[in-house]
Amino acid sequence: MLWLHLYGNALKGVAEKMIHSLFLINCSGDIFLEKHWKSVVSQSVCDYFFEAQEKAIDVENVPPVIPTPHHYLISIYRDKIFFVSVIQTEVPPLFVIEFLHRVADTFQDYFGECSETAIKDNVVIVYELLEEMLDNGFPLATESNILKELIKPPTILRSVVNSITGSSNVGDTLPTGQLSNIPWRRAGVKYTNNEAYFDVIEEIDAIIDKSGSTVFAEIQGVIDSCIKLSGMPDLSLSFMNPRLLDDVSFHPCIRFKRWESERVLSFIPPDGNFRLISYRVSSQNLVAIPVYVKHLISFKENSSSGRFDVTIGPKQNMGKTVEGVVMTVHMPKAVLNMNLTATQGGYTFDPVTKVLTWDVGKITPQKLPNLKGIVNLQSGAPKPEENPSLNIQFKIQQLAISGLKVNRLDMYGEKYKPFKGVKYITKAGKFQVRT
Amino acid sequence: MAASPAYGEEKGGSSSLGEPEYGHDPASGGIFASDYKRHDDLKEMLDSNKDSLKLEAMKRIVAMIARGKNASDLFPAVVKNVACKNIEVKKLVYVYLVRYAEEQQDLALLSISTFQRGLKQDPNQLIRASALRVLSSIRVPIIVPIMMLAIKEAASDMSPYVRKTAAHAIPKLYSLDSDQKDQLIEVIEKLLADKTTLVAGSVVMAFEEVCPERIDLIHKNYRKLCNLLIDVEEWGQVVIINMLTRYARTQFLSPNQNESLLEESAEKAFYGSEEEDTKDAKAEATSLAKRKPYVMDPDHRLLLRNTKPLLQSRNAAALVRLLRSHSEVQYVVLQNVATMSIKRRGMFEPYLKSFYIRSTDPTQIKILKLEVLTNLANETNISTILREFQTYIRSMDKDFVAATIQAIGRCATNIGKVRDTCLNGLVQLLSNRDELVVAESVVVIKKLLQMQPAQHSEIIKHMAKLTDNIQVPMARASILWLIGEYCEHVPKIAPDVLRKMAKSFTNEEDIVKLQVINLAAKLYLTNSKQSKLLTQYVLNLAKYDQNYDIRDRARFIRQLIVPTEKSGALNKYAKKLFLAQKPAPILESSFKDRDHFQLGSLSHLLNAKAVGYQELPDWPDEAPDPSVRNVEVPEWTKCTSREKRKEKVEKPFYSDSEGESGPTESADSGEDTVVPLCEEEEEEAEGKKVKKAAGPQRKKGHAETSSEEASASESSSSGSDSGTEAPTMVEAKRRKAMPSSKAKPKEISLLDLDDFTPPPPQPVPSSSIISSSLVTDLEGLTLTDTSLAPAQLLSPAFGTVRTYELLHRMAGEGLSVEYCFSRRPFPGDPHMVAVQIQISNNTDAEVKSLRVSEPKLLAGMRIQEFPEIESLAPGDTASVVMGIDFCDSTQAANFQLCTHTRHFYVSIQPPVGELMAPVFMSENEFRKEQGKLTGMSEITEKLTLPEKCRSDHAIVQQVTSAANVGRVPCGADNEYRFAAKTVTSGSLVLITLEWREGAAAQLTINSEKMVIGTMLVKDIIQALAQ
Repeated sequence: MLWLHLYGNALKGVAEKMIHSLFLINCSGDIFLEKHWKSVVSQSVCDYFFEAQEKAIDVENVPPVIPTPHHYLISIYRDKIFFVSVIQTEVPPLFVIEFLHRVADTFQDYFGECSETAIKDNVVIVYELLEEMLDNGFPLATESNILKELIKPPTILRSVVNSITGSSNVGDTLPTGQLSNIPWRRAGVKYTNNEAYFDVIEEIDAIIDKSGSTVFAEIQGVIDSCIKLSGMPDLSLSFMNPRLLDDVSFHPCIRFKRWESERVLSFIPPDGNFRLISYRVSSQNLVAIPVYVKHLISFKENSSSGRFDVTIGPKQNMGKTVEGVVMTVHMPKAVLNMNLTATQGGYTFDPVTKVLTWDVGKITPQKLPNLKGIVNLQSGAPKPEENPSLNIQFKIQQLAISGLKVNRLDMYGEKYKPFKGVKYITKAGKFQVRT
Repeated sequence: MAASPAYGEEKGGSSSLGEPEYGHDPASGGIFASDYKRHDDLKEMLDSNKDSLKLEAMKRIVAMIARGKNASDLFPAVVKNVACKNIEVKKLVYVYLVRYAEEQQDLALLSISTFQRGLKQDPNQLIRASALRVLSSIRVPIIVPIMMLAIKEAASDMSPYVRKTAAHAIPKLYSLDSDQKDQLIEVIEKLLADKTTLVAGSVVMAFEEVCPERIDLIHKNYRKLCNLLIDVEEWGQVVIINMLTRYARTQFLSPNQNESLLEESAEKAFYGSEEEDTKDAKAEATSLAKRKPYVMDPDHRLLLRNTKPLLQSRNAAALVRLLRSHSEVQYVVLQNVATMSIKRRGMFEPYLKSFYIRSTDPTQIKILKLEVLTNLANETNISTILREFQTYIRSMDKDFVAATIQAIGRCATNIGKVRDTCLNGLVQLLSNRDELVVAESVVVIKKLLQMQPAQHSEIIKHMAKLTDNIQVPMARASILWLIGEYCEHVPKIAPDVLRKMAKSFTNEEDIVKLQVINLAAKLYLTNSKQSKLLTQYVLNLAKYDQNYDIRDRARFIRQLIVPTEKSGALNKYAKKLFLAQKPAPILESSFKDRDHFQLGSLSHLLNAKAVGYQELPDWPDEAPDPSVRNVEVPEWTKCTSREKRKEKVEKPFYSDSEGESGPTESADSGEDTVVPLCEEEEEEAEGKKVKKAAGPQRKKGHAETSSEEASASESSSSGSDSGTEAPTMVEAKRRKAMPSSKAKPKEISLLDLDDFTPPPPQPVPSSSIISSSLVTDLEGLTLTDTSLAPAQLLSPAFGTVRTYELLHRMAGEGLSVEYCFSRRPFPGDPHMVAVQIQISNNTDAEVKSLRVSEPKLLAGMRIQEFPEIESLAPGDTASVVMGIDFCDSTQAANFQLCTHTRHFYVSIQPPVGELMAPVFMSENEFRKEQGKLTGMSEITEKLTLPEKCRSDHAIVQQVTSAANVGRVPCGADNEYRFAAKTVTSGSLVLITLEWREGAAAQLTINSEKMVIGTMLVKDIIQALAQ
C-alpha cells in the first residue's frame, strides 16, 4: 500500500489542461482572430511569438514550441496563417499540433480554402466551429461529419438565401444525431445514385545524386475514397497483392482484425470524402524512378556568369506518359537573373526569391524537353559553391508505381447495386535531384 | 485588451478591423461616444422582435469578440436573448455568454435557469449537451452547486454524447472549486464504468485532471479500457494510453529486469505517449513481451497487445511515416527520434535514409535530422553518412553547414576508423571561402586534435597561418589555445604567433585576449628565452585592459609564472599547472540527457520541466495484487449489484474510497445483503433500465407497498441521479420514528408515493395575516401532522431588521435616505416586495416634492412608487413604503429620487432572503413539496456551526434574519425546517438544516429557482457562521 500513498502525493494538485486559447496571425503580424476556451489570455502573449518569428528569419524556422514565462505557445504555419495556441501545462506537443492542423483542415473543408479572407468572411462559422471542436481545451467534436450536422458549411446559394431571409448556417433542425454507434457515419443517408470511388494515389519521394544514381527513394501511398452510398453499407476491399503494404495506417472505420488475418479492408465507410488508408512502400524494395535529369550547371570563377543546361527524359515509366512536369530550382543568392531558352513549356525566374520555375508539361520521348542558357551573377560576388538542387513534379495517370492493384469491392448490408470505380495515379512527392 | 499598441495600430489598417478599442480608454471621449452609439444600434437590434435583426446583431457581436474587441457593455442586451426560440441566435448568445459571464457574474445568473430548463427538459441530446457545456463554461463560482447537480444528472443521461459532455464538465467544475473533489470523484467513478467509447476518453481525461492519484478507480475498468482503446477517438486514445502507461508502471513488474533497465524503460515510456493521431502508439509490444524471460502479467500483456494495432506497423517505421507529415509534426517527431536513437540505434538504422536531408527542408528540421544521422552513425554506415555530409557542407544554408561540421566532428570522435578522414576533410574546409565554415572547422579540429596531437603538427602549423585571416573570435581563440597547448610541436611558429598577437592585442575580442595571455604564459614556461619580453609586454597590456576578467587573469598569471622573491610555492608548479595533460573533450549529443523526460512530452521537447509535468513512476518492486482487476461477471450489463458488492468487500482499495461515497447502509443492514444503491446507478448510466432482482435489496418490512416500490425503482432508474437514494418515500411516513441517520444526504426520492393524492400543489397566497406574536408562538412548536389547510402566507418573523443606506447625507446634500425590507406584504400587489424608506432632511431648508422617477429596470421588474411627499421640513423624517417587483432576481432596481431641485440616482438591491415571504405548512406538506423538488432543484451544503450558534434559538434566529422564511414544525430533533415562497412567482423555497453531532450540520435547500437556492445557501451559511 505504501506505493499508493507515495504515488498519490506525487500527483497531488496536478491538472492536465490542454489548449487554453488560440490566436490566428497573418504574415504581417496582425492578430485577426482570437478564441479563448477558458479565461481570456491577453494578446500580448503573442509578443513572444513575434520575437521568435523575428529571430527565425523565415517562417519555416519558427520553432513550433515557444516557452514563455507563464505559458507555452505551440504554433503551426498553414496557408500563410500562423495558428498560435496558448498552453499552460504539460501536454504532448504533437497532440496540440495535430489538433491545430485538424482545425485548419476543417476550415479548408468548410470554405474551400484556409485563407485569412475566408476566415474573416466566415468569422461567425469559424467561431462556432472552434466552439464545437474544443471544450474546455479538450477536443470534443472533430469529425467532419458531426460538425457538418451541427454547423452547415456555407455555399454560394445558401449565402444568397441567408442574406435575404436572414438565417445563418446553423442547422435549423438540430440533428437528433446518430452520435453514438458509429461516430464517423450519420444515420439516414440517402442517395439516388449510389457510388463508391477509390483513388489510389502514390507519391515518389526520392533524392537523386549528381551522377543520377538514387540516394534514397520510397513510395508514399494513400487511398482516398469518395463514397456516396445510402443506408449503412458494409464494404470490403481486397487487393491483388496486399503484401506490398507493410506499413499502413488506417481510417478508424477499418476493422483491424480482418486486415491482420485476411489482408482485406473491411469497413462501414463515412459518408463522402475521406482517406481510407495511407501506406509506405519502403526503400528496401526497389522503387522505379520514372524520370531522369541530365544537367550541367556551372559558375565560372571570377566572372559574373554561369551556364545552365537541363534536360528531362522518361525512365522507368511502365509505358505510360509522364505529364504535368514542373521543375523548380532555388538558385543561389548571387544569381541576378537568368537568360534561358526552353524547347518546351515556359519558364519564370523570380529575382527576389531566386526561384526558377519551368513548366514542362508532357514528356514526349521523341523530343526531350530542354532548358538552357546563361546565368547572370552579381558582379564581384564570390562564385556560388553549391549547385542548386532541382525539385521535380510529375504525374502519371493510370499507374500505381508500386504495382498495387485493387482486386474487388464487395458490399454487404444493403440491397442496391452501387457503382464502383478505382483510379490510379502516381505523382512525384519530394523528388529532388542534386547537381 | 492589453494588446501592445503596435498591433492595435496595425489593425487599424484594414477597414473591418478599423475600430480602435475604446472600451478601456476613457480619455478618448469623443470616439467613445460614437462607439457607444454604435453599440446602441446593436442593442436596438437585439431588443427588436425580429429574429433576423437579432441574428445580425449577434453575428456582429461575435465578430467583435473574434477580433478581441471588448463587447462586454452589451451584456444585458445579449443575455435577454438567451431564451430566444431561434436556435441560431441562441447558439451565438451561448458563445457570447461563455466569453463574458466571468466578467459579469450577476447578470450571467439571469441566464442560468434557461440552461437548467434545457438540461432537464429538452428531448434533443445536442441541446441538453450544449446547455450543460455552456452552463459549465460560465466560470461563476456561485453556480457551483448548480453545476454539480447538472453534472450528476447528465452523467446518467441516456445519451452518451451528453454523458461525454458531463465528463468534460468535471474538470471545469473542479478548477472552479476544488472543494467539490469528493463529489466529482463519485461521478468519475460512475462514468468510468460507462461502456461507450465516446465517453471513455473524456472521463479518463477528467480522471487525470481531478484525481490521478485514485488509481484504485481504474482497477475494475482496466481491462475494459484496454479493449475499448482501439475504438476510442484519437484524442481520447492519447489520454487513455497516457493514463494506462502510468497505471502499468505502478501495477506491473518491469518487463526489463533482465536487460539494461535504462534502455528499455525509455522504450516503454515511448509506448505511452509518443504518437498522436496517426494512431501509432509504439510497441513492438508482443515481440518485446515474448523475449522476456520473466512471466509478464497477463494484464500488462493485454495493454501492450491493445496498443499495438494503434501502430499498425513495426514501431520505428511508424515514426518514420510521421516524417512525411507537416513540418511541425516532423519537428516534434525528430526531437523524440533524436533522443531514442541514442539508446536504441538499432531501431532506426534500417530507416537511415529517411533522415537524409533535402535542400528544401527548413533549417530547424535539417539540424534535427543531422542529429539523428549522427546518432545512428556506426562503423558500417559511416562512409555513406560521410558522403551525405559532404553534400551538406556545400549547402547555401550556413547554419546548417556549421551544424554539419560539428556532426562530422562527433562522428570522428566516436568512430576511430574515420578520424583521419574526417580530420583531413575538415582541414580542407579551412580553405573555404566562407569564414563561418572555417571558424566552425577550426573549433572542431581543435577538439579532434586534442585526441592525438603528436601526429598532427602539420595541421597545427596550417592553422597557425590562419590567424592572419580568420576574424571569428571563437576560431582565433581556438587556434591560439591549440598553439599554446602544443607549442612544443611547433617550437618555431609559436613565438611568432605570439608576436603578431601582441601587436594586435588591444583590438582583439575578450576571449581572444584571454587566449593570448594563455599562450604567452605557456610559451614563457617552455621557451622563456624567446618569449620573456613578449610575455611581459602582453601582461602589461592586459593589466590596463578595460575588462576586469582580463586584468585579473593578467595579475594571476604574472604571480604564477614570473618568479619573484615574494612568490610562493605555486611558482614551482606553474609548468604542471599550465601544461598538464588535459582530457580530450567528449563530443556528444545534446539529446543525451533528455531521456529522463517522458518521450513525447512538452517537457522533453523543451528539455525543461513544464508546469504540471509528472514523472512516470518507477516500476514497483513487487507487483500489487493482480486480482483487483478481476471483474467477476464478464458481461457488464448483467452483473448484479449483489455480486459487485461482494467484490467490493474483497478489495482493499475500495474500502478506502467507501468512506465518502459508500453505500447508505441505513437501518436495514441487519438483513440479507444490502445493496449500495449507487451501484444501481452505474447501470442506469449505461442507459439500461435493468429490472434488477428487487427482492434482496428491499426490506421485508416494505412488502405491503411492493407494487409501488417496483414502479418507484423503475421510474427512478430512468431519471434519478441523486447520489444515494436510500430510503424510499414509503419510509417517509415513519420518518419520525427513525433516527435521522448520518448517511442520508439526499434522502428524497423523486417520486412521492404517498397513498393519497397530493393536495393542490402551490400554496395560494393569502392576504390573511397572522399577527407576529402568533408567529413567534408558533416558532419552535412541534406540530403533529394533522393535515392543515393549504399553506398560508405568514407575516414575517421579526428578527433584527437591517437597514441599508440608499442615499448618504453627503451625497444627498443633506438629504439622507435609508431603507429596510419591512417583510410585510406590500398592500395592493402581492408580487411586490415592500421596501420601507426613511427620509431625513438634514438640510436647513425645506425639501419639496420628493418623489421617485425614471426607474431603470430590467425586463419584468416593476416599481410601485411611494406617494409624493409634498414637503419635508428641515430636521424632519418621513417614512414611506414602496413596492418593488424584483422578478425573483437580486438585480438592483435603479431609479431617481427627485426633489424640487435635485435628482439623485439610487438603487435598491435586495438580499436574496428578502425576495420571499414565509409560508406556513405542515411537516407532511413540507415533505411532499420537498419530494417534488429534488435533483436539480436541490442544493446541499455542509457547514460547521460556530459555538454560539448551537442552540435552537440561535439557529432559528439566524436563519430567519437571513431570509424571510417561516418555520415549519419538525418531528426530529436537531432538524430545522423553514419554508417560504418567492414573492413574484410564488415558487416554494424549502430549507432544511440538519444539525449533526458536534458542529457539523447540513443545509439543504429545495427550490425550483435554483439561482435563488444557491444564493440563499450562501447567505444562510454566512449568517450562521457569524
